[in-house]
Amino acid sequence: MPGLELFGLGFLDSITSQYGYRVVTNNIGYFLGGAWYTVFITAISLAIGMVLGLFAGLGKLTSNKFLYYLSTAYIDFFRGTPLFVQIFLLYFGVLPMIYDNDPVSSAIIALGLNSGAYIGEIVRAGIQAVDVGQMEAARSLGMNHRQAMTYVILPQAFKIVIPPLINEFIALLKDSSLVSAISVAELMHRGDLVFANTYQAWVFGAVAVIYFIMTKTISVIGDHVERRLATD
Amino acid sequence: MIRVVNLHKSFGHLHVLRGVNFSVAPSEVVCVIGPSGSGKSTLLRCINQLEKADSGHIYIDNEELTHPKTDINKIRQQVGMVFQLFNLFPHKTTLENITLAPIKIKGVDKAAAEELAMELLRKVGLTDKAHVYPNKLSGGQKQRVAIARALAMQPKVMLFDEPTSALDPEMVGEVLAVMQDLAVEGMTMVVVTHEMGFAREVGDRVVFMDEGVIMEEGTPEEIFNNPRNPRTRSFLSKVL
Repeated sequence: MPGLELFGLGFLDSITSQYGYRVVTNNIGYFLGGAWYTVFITAISLAIGMVLGLFAGLGKLTSNKFLYYLSTAYIDFFRGTPLFVQIFLLYFGVLPMIYDNDPVSSAIIALGLNSGAYIGEIVRAGIQAVDVGQMEAARSLGMNHRQAMTYVILPQAFKIVIPPLINEFIALLKDSSLVSAISVAELMHRGDLVFANTYQAWVFGAVAVIYFIMTKTISVIGDHVERRLATD
Repeated sequence: MIRVVNLHKSFGHLHVLRGVNFSVAPSEVVCVIGPSGSGKSTLLRCINQLEKADSGHIYIDNEELTHPKTDINKIRQQVGMVFQLFNLFPHKTTLENITLAPIKIKGVDKAAAEELAMELLRKVGLTDKAHVYPNKLSGGQKQRVAIARALAMQPKVMLFDEPTSALDPEMVGEVLAVMQDLAVEGMTMVVVTHEMGFAREVGDRVVFMDEGVIMEEGTPEEIFNNPRNPRTRSFLSKVL
């Protein structure tokens, strides 16, 4: 491979038989397409997870017994069983009873439900971390519970939950690789396919690097948001 | 203005208020004193329903707060509360702290709310702090903003829950001065306090609480110079 010798990287040929790295350069467009798929699935799952998580978190704090137990059961189940199992259970078992399900929508539902449970706990902890005096001060000014939550508690909780939420975003993006098992053509799945044809482990190196670039981007954005929201 | 009839409140097995009867006339400044755990703060917190009384009745302007049909949010808009730990909203500037409730609850427009807020800041001497966040304020400044925030709802009554207890000694004076101005203007005030000097000078009436009941009440002269109840005497001998 003349290109690599030019950069002084010819030694790579000797440690990878058959110019294995070429499997990466040859398929880079295919992988990036998969990465885009990963971002797409993660983003929609995240949106679902955020909405579910907000309700589940509030549900764990409400005095309404029914909503409390519903939220608790939801969070317990999705945190207490493996995501991998949930994906299979939903794809092969539960969702076919509801609609004519396809891999992509099933994956999004599974990831959304799973992340909602984790985000629910993050929301609950974030709200509880706001000093009780804040609620009292808001109520003493004549706000009802909902107004106090909207204008006083949730904006403060929002700031508190950003770091754990960023963690959850990153975890979700990585966990989305599990849906390759139900043949969603995201990054990991494409890596798998190329590997099956070539037996070149280079593929997984490239896949790892692409995942890393995506997660690093999330954490950089998260740091930026955190700094923007600091009041001092 | 405020009337409390036979109020009882327990926290678990702790019977904190054991039948409190208490009233405040318009423009009156009532200072509530007494040892820790005597129920002073609980009484104050019951008056705006931050604590729910177990039994008894509370009336503000002849409206019964303890009646289940009463809209407590409406009542609270007329009852300002100042807390020991200020409880300013840390994500809002001084100005926003003061304008939040008038804008969001009363529907006052932003310009009018800010105008009133600036007027109140002038009153508490903090116009230059309008656009800073609470973490840049000293304790005394925070408490003065908290007073302005409560006043922005134009309450008929102001409740103060040990407003100077969390302050460094050199900041107590600035807060008490603001409270004294309010009293002079004719605001109806109930002040739970350990500042005996303030109670003596500014209070129209002093109420001594111990063990969940009002042991003695009277003018500051009566209470401080001539306490009849031995409990009052023993308490005052320790704090004066």
